[in-house]
Amino acid sequence: MSTRTAVVGSRVGLHARPASLFVQAATATGLPVTIAKDGGDPVDARSILMVMGLGAQHGERVVLTAEGEGADEALARLAELVETDHDA
Amino acid sequence: MTTTPTPTSPADAAGAGDVLTGVGVGTSAAVGSVVLVAPAARPPADEAAPADPEAALAAVRAAFAAVAATLRERAASAGGTTADVLAATALMAEDPGLLGDVERRLRAGTGPATAVDEAVEGFCAVLAASGPYLAERVTDLRDVRDRVVAHVLGLAQPGVPQLTGPSVVVAADLAPADTAALDLAKVVGIVTELGGPTSHTAIIAAQLDVPCVVRVTGAQRLRPGAPVAVDARAGTVVVEPGEDVRAEVERRRAVREALASASGGPGATADGTAVALLANVGTVEDAERAAAHDVEGVGLFRTEVLFLERASAPTVEEQTDAYARVLRAFGERKVVVRTLDAGADKPLAFVEVEAEENPALGVRGLRTARRHPQLLTDQLTALAAAAERTGTTPWVMAPMVSTPAEAADFAGRARAAGLGVVGAMVEVPAAALRADALLAAGLDFVSVGTNDLTQYTMAADRLAGELADLLDPWQPAVLQLVGLTGAAGAAAGRSVGVCGEAARDPLLALVLVGLGVRSLSMAPAAVPAVRFALSRTSVEDCRRLAAAALAADDAAAARAAVAQLADPEVLAL
Repeated sequence: MSTRTAVVGSRVGLHARPASLFVQAATATGLPVTIAKDGGDPVDARSILMVMGLGAQHGERVVLTAEGEGADEALARLAELVETDHDA
Repeated sequence: MTTTPTPTSPADAAGAGDVLTGVGVGTSAAVGSVVLVAPAARPPADEAAPADPEAALAAVRAAFAAVAATLRERAASAGGTTADVLAATALMAEDPGLLGDVERRLRAGTGPATAVDEAVEGFCAVLAASGPYLAERVTDLRDVRDRVVAHVLGLAQPGVPQLTGPSVVVAADLAPADTAALDLAKVVGIVTELGGPTSHTAIIAAQLDVPCVVRVTGAQRLRPGAPVAVDARAGTVVVEPGEDVRAEVERRRAVREALASASGGPGATADGTAVALLANVGTVEDAERAAAHDVEGVGLFRTEVLFLERASAPTVEEQTDAYARVLRAFGERKVVVRTLDAGADKPLAFVEVEAEENPALGVRGLRTARRHPQLLTDQLTALAAAAERTGTTPWVMAPMVSTPAEAADFAGRARAAGLGVVGAMVEVPAAALRADALLAAGLDFVSVGTNDLTQYTMAADRLAGELADLLDPWQPAVLQLVGLTGAAGAAAGRSVGVCGEAARDPLLALVLVGLGVRSLSMAPAAVPAVRFALSRTSVEDCRRLAAAALAADDAAAARAAVAQLADPEVLAL
């Protein structure tokens, strides 16, 4: 299992457009990806509702996990997406 | 049109010749077939556990997939922000977390529609707890739920069905999502049971220039497909109208059409006093469409659309591009840009607002700049850059100005940004009472926003449909404040306009001119009728009409008094 930590870069947090982009990218990996707030329960990263429901704010740390072939590369891309400020 | 309203018993569906009454918005009339916007289907309270959970699960999955597909189709045919919102909503309809939750409930023996409902409500609670910002997503998610539940129960989809011919849309009230789904080209009238003359429904009707009657008791019992005549001026809906009613509607339509093709050019009264006829626009696309109309420019460019439905403020560069497109579309013509009118009443994702008990009286309009001055600075900078890029001179005005000090502060910022023509909206009675001081504080013009001025003068919430009689811009107290503003403008030699929907009523437009208003901004389609009314009436006659309105005790009496004095051809519009 691969794990990676990222800090939310969008000023609005992981909501709205940043959340949509992240969920679409997570779905596109074809892998079971989860996302959790630091110390919180992981949720399905392919669920827009669960990702928005996390309420991850700008500057908060989130933990991504994935399993399967290419998991490391997939997480690297997803982490980059989380850290990007999509509204800058 | 003269029809005597026959009250119908609320228990009966309306029959041929019956007349339902409500509050008219606009002045036109039309005949079309009733299309009911269906209320959302609810799961039966005693829904049985699925006999075959696998089959039920497959059916629910198919329902979610169908809803997602419909939303994607709508996203593809919509444009701009609407498309983004619909695409995001489609994503919710295929959310694996949501489907997983529904599946667990189904397997535990919950009925399929109830399982969908409960799962959605669970997520709504989570979203609502993550902050006020997600409130709109909760609405979208419930919209998904209503659609899926209707599918599962085999009922008609909620919202607006496909329109086939000239249609009168009938609903409890219309939400922005409903209107996004409407085939607007086929809508000839709108009738709602709730809502008010300044509600979303009414604004949509104004944009479409179709007659609208709100607060019509019994509207939702109209039979789908039945022909009805909607008369906004009379505030009536005639069920299965006879030949006489149809002929009258047709005559009025023909008069309007003849006006549109016969008259043109700048607005002026019968004695040649110029009254600029301008368009209200909400988006860049609106502006580009309006530019093709015979209008003298834009009297109100609402800039909120650039900011709403966004996670962060648009950049100066993005704003500059948008403003430049609007300015370029109108070239030499005048364009009045209103700075961001948002805050407690229209929350923005990137501007923290505390929930206010009384949003209409809270931190909104220019007041938002007290907390977030950079938003205003960026907007003024972008507008100045757009002006330079296009070689034009836009006018800029602030919403919700209350005091001369606020006017002076805004004028200072706008001029510092490089904008030459600066004004303010007059929406707060304090601003109307002291319009002379506002102008003296450094403004070049003022523009009266009649919807808000009416709300604040009459202390009646714009969204409170049952206060429709108070929310009428014909209220003499409102007209008196317009008169004070007009007099202040005349004394200072500065321009006074009206950019509220009041300007689109030809009769009221004459009264406004009589009160000293010299520019009228409205939905572009309303311009020809107002132009005609002006061309038939001298300024002196306008003043006489205004005096008659001011002498009345209430809105209905003011309208009646003016109607009695007006040119019969103007009345026929």
